[in-house]
Formats: sequence, C-alpha cells, structure tokens
Amino acid sequence: MTDAAATDTTLATHVDPVATTGGVDLAALYRQSGVGEVMRQLDDELVGLAPVKSRIRDIAALLLVDKARHAHGLGGGAPSLHMSFTGNPGTGKTTVALRMADILHRLGYTRRNHVVAVTRDDLVGQYIGHTAPKTKEALKKAMGGVLFIDEAYYLYRPENERDYGQEAIEILLQVMENQRDDLVVILAGYRDRMETFYRSNPGMASRIAHHVDFPDYTPDELLRIAELLAARMDYRFDEAGLAAMREYIALRVTQPHFANARSVRNALDRARLRQASRLFSAAGEGETTPDRERLMTLSSEDLRASRVFQGGRESAITTTHH
Amino acid sequence: MRITQGTFSYLPDLSDAQITKQLQYAIDKGWAVGIEVTDDPHPRNTYWEMFGLPMFDLRDAAGILLEIHNARKTFPDHYIRVTAFDSTHQVESVVLSFIVNRPKEEPGFRLVRTEEPGRTLRYSIESYAVVARPEGARY
Repeated sequence: MTDAAATDTTLATHVDPVATTGGVDLAALYRQSGVGEVMRQLDDELVGLAPVKSRIRDIAALLLVDKARHAHGLGGGAPSLHMSFTGNPGTGKTTVALRMADILHRLGYTRRNHVVAVTRDDLVGQYIGHTAPKTKEALKKAMGGVLFIDEAYYLYRPENERDYGQEAIEILLQVMENQRDDLVVILAGYRDRMETFYRSNPGMASRIAHHVDFPDYTPDELLRIAELLAARMDYRFDEAGLAAMREYIALRVTQPHFANARSVRNALDRARLRQASRLFSAAGEGETTPDRERLMTLSSEDLRASRVFQGGRESAITTTHH
Repeated sequence: MRITQGTFSYLPDLSDAQITKQLQYAIDKGWAVGIEVTDDPHPRNTYWEMFGLPMFDLRDAAGILLEIHNARKTFPDHYIRVTAFDSTHQVESVVLSFIVNRPKEEPGFRLVRTEEPGRTLRYSIESYAVVARPEGARY
C-alpha cells in the first residue's frame, strides 16, 4: 500500500483519485497506472538513451493529465501517438518499440498489450492487387495495439516508379489518420535513410507526432551494456576481463561497421566461445572440472584473442596477423 | 418485411459499438470470425458467400469492424452477417452469427401453395426479390 492511501485509513483499498479529493489527484492516478514501475524497469534495463526516456516520460505525463482533464469534462481528443524511431544500428530502437506497447497499454492508451512487428515483405506485394490485402491484413492484426515497422524506409523505392511500396504507404496513412484510437504505428530505421524517406513522403512525416532520435552510446554506456548482457546470461567479467572489454570497446568504436550495442553483444558471444574452448582445452590437459566460478567468468584472454586488438576487424575478411 | 435471423434476431439491428463488443467477446473466446454476404436470404439458405477468409489471428475487434465497413461498401444492398466459428473438438461449428447489414428495401416473402394428389397442400415460402431478378441485381 502506498503512503498516501495508508495515511487516509477511511478509504477503501481501491482509491478512486477523482472521488476522494473532489479534484483529481494526479499522484494517485500515477500510482494506479503503474507507470512508475514501467519507468523504473526502463531505467534498469536500458542503459543511457536519456532523450528517449524523457520523451516516454512526457507521453506518460500527457496521457495521465488527459485522464484528469477527462474527469473534469475537459475534452481534447485522443492525442496522436504515432512515432518514428531513428538512430544508428544497435541503439535500441527495436527494444524500445517492443517496450512501448507495454507502456501504452498500462497507460490505458491502447486496448491490448501486443506488438505486431513487420517489415517491407509483410506489407508490400509481388504483383498488382497484392499489396492492399497484405497491408490491410497486417493492420488488422495490429489493431488495438502497436504496429512496428522496422526498416520503414524500404517501403519507398524511388528508383522504381512501379514499386508497390507507395500503395502500402497510402493505406498506412489512411489508417493512421482515421483510426488513431485503434492503432499506434511506430516506424524505425537508420537516421539518414529515414530522413530521405520522410522528405519524399511529407504526408507520413506530418502524421507522426513523435520523432525520437536514438543517440549513439558512449564507451562507458557500452561497457555497462556489456556487463548487463553478461549478467543476463549468467556471466561476469573478472577485473582484467573488464579492462579488456573497455579497451575492446575503445578500439571497436573507431572501426567500420560499428553497431553500438549489437557489436558489444557479438563480442560477448565470441568471448563465450573462446571461454568455452579455453575451459575445454584446460580440461584436456588434465585439469579438474571447472567450478561454478570459472564457468561464469569471462577473463581478459577471452577478449584479447579478438582480431580487433591486432588492428583487424572482427568477423571480416582480413588477413590474419601473426 | 424486415428479415431476422441469427443470434440477435429478436433485437433491432446492432450499432457498430454493439457489434464491436460482440466481436470482442468472440475473439476472447478464441473463435474465428468470418464475414458472409448474400442476396438470397431464404431461411434455409445456410451457405452464404464468404467475404474474404475468416480472421483467425486477430486480437482486437477493430480489425474486424474495418472489414465489415469494407464489406458494406462493396455490397451496400446485400445481407451481410458475421459468423464466429468455434474449432474446439466436438463443437466445430458456428456458435454465433448475426446480421450486420441489410438492403434498404426488403420486399419480403410470399407463401407458395403447391397442390399434391388428394387435395394435399404443400407450403413453402418464396422471396419476391429473388424471383423477380437474377443474382446480383436482386436488391
């Protein structure tokens, strides 16, 4: 039980924020919605992303205030919550989009807590007359929840004037405009390509109220992500391992095809491989079975074997240095 | 003559909000909702034309309502009904069905008396609209 309700013992366990105060108790509304918990979870599980979190907080506040206004008979209509997530590879666009459905559902904006994730293939058909049913099918499935269109810029292919992508865009626009209460559309994609996409589809840009830009992670944030990901898989770095990871990140950032958290995750996966074969060959040399501690620990040699430290690129076709 | 059949035959036509509620009930039960169309509403005509495939994997009734609007636009002067199919073993049949669209004018049915040997009379009913014009042009 929360403190405000506990102090007022005459109240029933269910505190109606409107009836109790005559006015509207925003704090009680906030507690009841469970938004605080969602935000805390967001802070715990997603490192960095300050602009994204502050935007989500703004939206949460708006929806709560709207509820309070509604209780006073003030109109305003449902706000448009279509969003666009832009950012470099691996900055968490998809992760946040999937989380968004949960947040909007808890705030009572969407009726159902579900996300339908689609890409160009699910929306655009192969021949004339194929696109509209496909797009409508996807929209129908997403109704009541969130439609997440990953790599949305692929929908528009200016080099092919007979491309059916435009048809899908038009159907999307129509539903985004007419059924705002039923559906939230989130578009995601790399920043520069999405900008081109919006420039050639001004109707789309203007119907999206929230353009959220995902910044690149700093090396410190990437290190925290590495620790978090490792912990989630029941691994941890020893001291030398952590130092090696920090160095690895510093080097990897400067190299081409750097994909933020995704690069970190890949590095971690390869470190697990090396740790496994290290333990395996140690066992072959007559060592005792590794204990729990050793099974969990990623140490510096697991990371330093990476080609990144030799000036080469990880998993690329480069000549190996000896 | 206003034709009635299906689950809510005793009620006035449902509004969109009421339809949505019924459909959501069907979805929550796990039934597959389909839309069917006909211009031959004889009570013994159970096989209406399907309007698209039954909608199996929807989570929210708004998607079905979208399709109902689409059907009304395509067939403004046909009878349109929604059916909810329960695929549970040993049920496997339509468990809910109601009309969501009807023609503006419904001429109704007449009673047909057929003489049989020995002054026997057989009765049947016949739709004025169906007899008057061919399929597709009846209402």
